Amino acid sequence: MARTLIHLPPEPKRGEVIDIQVTIAHPMETGFRSNDQGVPVPRDILTHFECRFEGHTVFRAELHPAIAANPYIAFTWRVEGPGTLSFTWEGDKGFQQTETVALKVA
Amino acid sequence: MSAPVNAPTTRRRLLAAGGLLALAVRPAAAQALFEPELREAIARWCNGAVPQTGRITLDIAPLVENGNAVPVTLRVASPMTPADHVREIAVFNERNPLRDVVRFHLGPANGRAEASTRIRLATTQHLVALARMADGSVWQHSLEVIVTLAACIEG
Amino acid sequence: MKNLGSALAACVLASTATLAQAADAASTTRRSGADFMSPALQVLQTDAAQNPAQLWVQEGEALWSRAVPGAKPCADCHADGSQRGMAARHPAWDERRGRPVTLAERIDQCRQRHQQQPPQGPDGPELLALAAYLAEASRGLPWAPPADPRLQPWQQRGERLWQQRLGQLNLACTQCHDQHAGAKLGGATIPQAHPTGYPSYRLEWQTLGSLPRRLRGCLVGVRAEPFAPGADEWLALEVFLAQRAAGMVLEGPAVRP
Repeated sequence: MARTLIHLPPEPKRGEVIDIQVTIAHPMETGFRSNDQGVPVPRDILTHFECRFEGHTVFRAELHPAIAANPYIAFTWRVEGPGTLSFTWEGDKGFQQTETVALKVA
Repeated sequence: MSAPVNAPTTRRRLLAAGGLLALAVRPAAAQALFEPELREAIARWCNGAVPQTGRITLDIAPLVENGNAVPVTLRVASPMTPADHVREIAVFNERNPLRDVVRFHLGPANGRAEASTRIRLATTQHLVALARMADGSVWQHSLEVIVTLAACIEG
Repeated sequence: MKNLGSALAACVLASTATLAQAADAASTTRRSGADFMSPALQVLQTDAAQNPAQLWVQEGEALWSRAVPGAKPCADCHADGSQRGMAARHPAWDERRGRPVTLAERIDQCRQRHQQQPPQGPDGPELLALAAYLAEASRGLPWAPPADPRLQPWQQRGERLWQQRLGQLNLACTQCHDQHAGAKLGGATIPQAHPTGYPSYRLEWQTLGSLPRRLRGCLVGVRAEPFAPGADEWLALEVFLAQRAAGMVLEGPAVRP
């Protein structure tokens, strides 16, 4: 399981547009580098990120090798109410990881 | 540009004229002057729509100390209502190994059309950001980023 | 292009600078490396939601309290709140081993002696996490390495290394970081090299790294054979650099280009 950081206001108001910032630990190996011996390092990147609220998608990103290591993504969301926010990352080598936040509303 | 087989003086004049012409138009950043691969990537994504300049801004430092992680924010002027919102934002580059950088899919649930990430830039180059709206219109913003590199090479 | 740039800069420095004595750090204005960064990178460092080093801080915090099989967690011996100030008090004198000890080495030693963990070196995964956690715990404090007289010979040795020309570029640290701080080397601004932000997330590394790793990069940068791993020279340099930066505000874990 890769380390993740998820930042969002702890108890926003319903209807408020909040900033959500997420980071995941991943080298995002481009496939264009070679190691010290000159052997090419194979590509290993995350390709998708998706945020869902109560199961329906509220934001999606397609990532390419040009995204920096330990990818950081920030987006906004209008708070619909209390519920489960889930954050899913997918990538090469069958990578898949989901983190969830139980959101309380003020 | 191939010159006709002529007397050397004519050929030299034609080549010189062509060179001057190229120098004169280089500084402008209109889409017609992007390299073919970048133009094709943009055209494929636009899928027939003709991009207009405006509404979307690509916020990035004009001078970057290290191209490994460059913060970038995309913003589109849009009410983000069901009738009028941004569906997708795409970013393309000119000089990385691949043209694609990132694509964001949005909708009214976002409240604002705004997304940030950190990207890799191989060298000084142009970046193009495009936004596709719910009504099918496409808007674009392009700029040049200067990338300096770390002075000491890590062993 | 990079080689040419640094070679040309070296020629300029070599031809104009004699091996002057190191500038008296106390009499010049000392500035953090963060001051020499662009605003965008400064934000990356100060905003916890954006600083990639937080991935390690979060892990370090978990490690601090996590029980290791057959051993106690750090939190059992170190009272809650005692984390603040640990980084500020290093490098210190290690009574048991009769030599200076950096915080990273102290963590490594503690883990071996009290938690039966294998040594990792300062760039090992758990080491970086704990160092990042403890660096943040001392953020905002003035660096206050102990003024222990037994550290003096090491500090003096470090200062001699700082002033010594090294490598094929034949450059001494002081030439760039004292005499030409603020000027450009290639496309980069030369900082004063006060290591107040380690461990740092260096964009060049695309990961978090230790001060010894950075120092090694400096030696390679002047085309010098780096000192052997664990050599006294590294420790002497760290002791000197800490004293040179004493009183400056700690800002780890930092972001650097």
